[in-house]
Amino acid sequence: MLDLESLRLIWWVLLGVLFIGFAVTDGFDLGIAILLPVVAKNDMERRVVLNTIGPFWEGNQVWIILGAGAIFAAWPYVYAVAFSSAYFAVLLLLLTMGISRPVSFKYRSKLPNENWRRFWDWMVFVGGFVPAIVFGVLVGNILLGLPFSYDNSLRMTYSGGLLDLFSPFALWCGLTSLFMLTMHGGLYLAVKTNNPLRERGITWARRAAILLIIFFAIGGVWAAYYLTGYSIQSDVDHYGYSNPLHKTVVPQIGAWVHNYALYSWTMLAPAFGFIGALLAFLTARFGSSRFAFVCSGLSIAGIIGTVGLSMFPFILPSSTNLASSLLVWDASSSELTLLVMLFATIIFMPIILLYTAWVYRALSGKVDKNSVEKEKQSY
Amino acid sequence: MLPHPDVVMLSRVQFGMTALYHFLFVPLTLGLSNLLGIMETVYFVTNRPIWRTMTQYWGILFGINVAMGVATGVTMEFQFGTNWAYYSQFVGDVFGAPLAIEGLMAFFLEATFLGIFFFGWDRISKLAHLMVTYLLALGASFSALWILIANAWMQHPVGAHFNFHTMRMELYDFYSVIFNEVAQAKFVHTISAGYVTGSMFVLSISAYFLLRGRNIAFAKRSMTVAAAFGLASALCVVVLGDESGYLAGLNQKMKIAAMEGMWETEPAPAALTVFGVPDQVTHTTKYAIKIPYLLGLIATRSIHQPVYGILDLVDEARNRIKSGVLAYSALTALQIDPNDRHAEEMLDQNQDNIGYGFLLKRYADDILHATPEQMNNAAWDVVPDVFTLFWTFRVMVGLGFYFILLFSVAFYLALRRRLVNNKWFLRVAFLSLPLPWIAAEMGWFVAEYGRQPWVVDGLLPTYMGVSSISPSSVMISLCGFIFFYTVLAIVEVYLMVKYIRLGPEPLFKAQDFNVYPEKLVLQTSEGRNHA
Repeated sequence: MLDLESLRLIWWVLLGVLFIGFAVTDGFDLGIAILLPVVAKNDMERRVVLNTIGPFWEGNQVWIILGAGAIFAAWPYVYAVAFSSAYFAVLLLLLTMGISRPVSFKYRSKLPNENWRRFWDWMVFVGGFVPAIVFGVLVGNILLGLPFSYDNSLRMTYSGGLLDLFSPFALWCGLTSLFMLTMHGGLYLAVKTNNPLRERGITWARRAAILLIIFFAIGGVWAAYYLTGYSIQSDVDHYGYSNPLHKTVVPQIGAWVHNYALYSWTMLAPAFGFIGALLAFLTARFGSSRFAFVCSGLSIAGIIGTVGLSMFPFILPSSTNLASSLLVWDASSSELTLLVMLFATIIFMPIILLYTAWVYRALSGKVDKNSVEKEKQSY
Repeated sequence: MLPHPDVVMLSRVQFGMTALYHFLFVPLTLGLSNLLGIMETVYFVTNRPIWRTMTQYWGILFGINVAMGVATGVTMEFQFGTNWAYYSQFVGDVFGAPLAIEGLMAFFLEATFLGIFFFGWDRISKLAHLMVTYLLALGASFSALWILIANAWMQHPVGAHFNFHTMRMELYDFYSVIFNEVAQAKFVHTISAGYVTGSMFVLSISAYFLLRGRNIAFAKRSMTVAAAFGLASALCVVVLGDESGYLAGLNQKMKIAAMEGMWETEPAPAALTVFGVPDQVTHTTKYAIKIPYLLGLIATRSIHQPVYGILDLVDEARNRIKSGVLAYSALTALQIDPNDRHAEEMLDQNQDNIGYGFLLKRYADDILHATPEQMNNAAWDVVPDVFTLFWTFRVMVGLGFYFILLFSVAFYLALRRRLVNNKWFLRVAFLSLPLPWIAAEMGWFVAEYGRQPWVVDGLLPTYMGVSSISPSSVMISLCGFIFFYTVLAIVEVYLMVKYIRLGPEPLFKAQDFNVYPEKLVLQTSEGRNHA
């Protein structure tokens, strides 16, 4: 049977899979929302843009809900520290993406009034723009480490302030995330609409792709030469009880790129990040927009993979009490819980993918003025 | 270090408020999705367009409601981490699993099929669409199932033990977590309450149409479906009320005693107090009107088992506090020396009462030398507010019986085909619209407020569960939620009222209201063309 070490590794990989699932699916919903004010010039165009994601965004959003549930179940310490420490970031996510975005989609076209629609369109934009940045900021803070510590009864204390989350590096990551999702949204628009919306989607996607490549590269240099990473200085029992206090950790500039020197295959992740974005840029206009969209998805997977692999085995380092840092080896659930959850995932994930694929197929095709007007429930 | 009392209070207010608010939308989603399934089934079988129109019109209202359900549901899941971090860390190994499975099994199903339910009418076959509607309803029901399994574990934590190495509860028997008897009772009760809510919604709004003399064919059919489904569900709610599950744990016994305002243990079978004014100071229930034997029968389903009174349960709590002190001191010893065999043994023997040690911590810094006075305070902490529970419970039960009566009359009138002209009944039906929501909120309150002072029965007091955050942070988020939720509540009700006033006619074509099968209509029109 699977031992605790393998289960922990599997759940670390699955965590990445869930985040990638979210960023690749709901990512284009967020990107579409970000682009809404700049690509659509009138109400009908706005409706077309919104209806490209109309039937899908709800299912896509479940990836983040499942992601949070999976962290809760598989990495309870991580869930507790991350959500409570990043209190205001999570609050921003909830208010914009969680609460006002669903309502904006559903309610904006329920009345013909122009001010009504303008208001909800604005909320749609905020519901895409703010979360896109906040997700990046959260990733930035995880790379920097959060100021938390455990006492000997494992009660956690957070010692950061309100604005500590928004440091320069974290904001840099926020912008990287913004460009990444904008690129993805623009290409999705190119796949699902006709000109002129298609053309505008491509233009914005290409701009975003270039910025993404620049920001990702500079972020990498920043992490390699200036950023303080962390490294473990003691033996860690890969099969031990999940108690984060049994190790020694030291801060070290450039520690986050050590894994790439140790295991060269890990270079694949950043390579995918760059090449995917570059191919998306090159093929968006002169090739197939579908292909460009897939490349953009690969780029996202590569970028998220880069973050995970850079930090391994850290999941959430502490910047103030280094020994409290959470690792793959000491922050997981018990063996039985990980196993039960793995079974549930093995059973349900293929079913989910099957019916999701069926829905995308049943509702495939371009969205235009006619298709929007024909359907009573259009946004 | 003990958490700041303001953080505890504000976090509780925030969680309670957002949960009660979320629960305004959940029961209607549960009920209406199944009613949509029934209506669409009739359409599928008979091919009469009016049934498709019914599914679509009630579907529009369903959509307005679901948007809010989704929006407020995410808040709940994230709030465990933001505001109840210690709780999350303490229970994540057990409580997290049903939540994650809810995501896998229910949320994806519900969310994925919601889109195609609205957008798929002309894109997929009739049968496929019918399946979609039922899968949507199934997703909603699965969601209720898994969240109630998680919730039931807080009420009656089975299948897990405390691990001092990790300072948390760890799972050893997932089967017993799933088949927790409290979970079973809660699920049936909650889901049928949702069906009642959906039925009342359709019944009341159809009554409104009939009172205005509009959409007669549409309203009459909707009302008949609601009456039949509502009657069956209302009977389920009361017969399968989840009171029976309350006997499982000690806290649940306390909950039942508080709900019944029962201070002393009575000889079996206990009497049911129909009316009374419980007094938390004198430990009596004044002006009590009692029906002999009834409570014993309802609560224990037997005439021999006693129902324990509050005073006896407080005595029991005193004993458990003594055991909890032993567990706590053993734990302290183990934190210094994890290999202390003696301490480990002591912890093992007393670990079921560890929460009672934590409870005492609030009153005594050094709980090994707690005074009898401090012990007594902690023991009385296990008694929730009796007056409030007594009355919220009675309002809920009273409404439950009222629903049976109302739906029986509706069903009878529907059978006799006298729904349309019965003005007084239509008025009563319309005015009853808010009642299922009141009953549902009361029910939530009884279940969760009645759980206090515990967040996990006997293991973790609520005050210990909070995050390491400042009171001002919680104040800010609380204000944010209140502001957003208030604005959205106004918008939601505005849109609902607007679409109800509008009624189905302006939204559909005349032939969509045809009560005869589609093919027949086609044939006659073709015939005319030929002629």
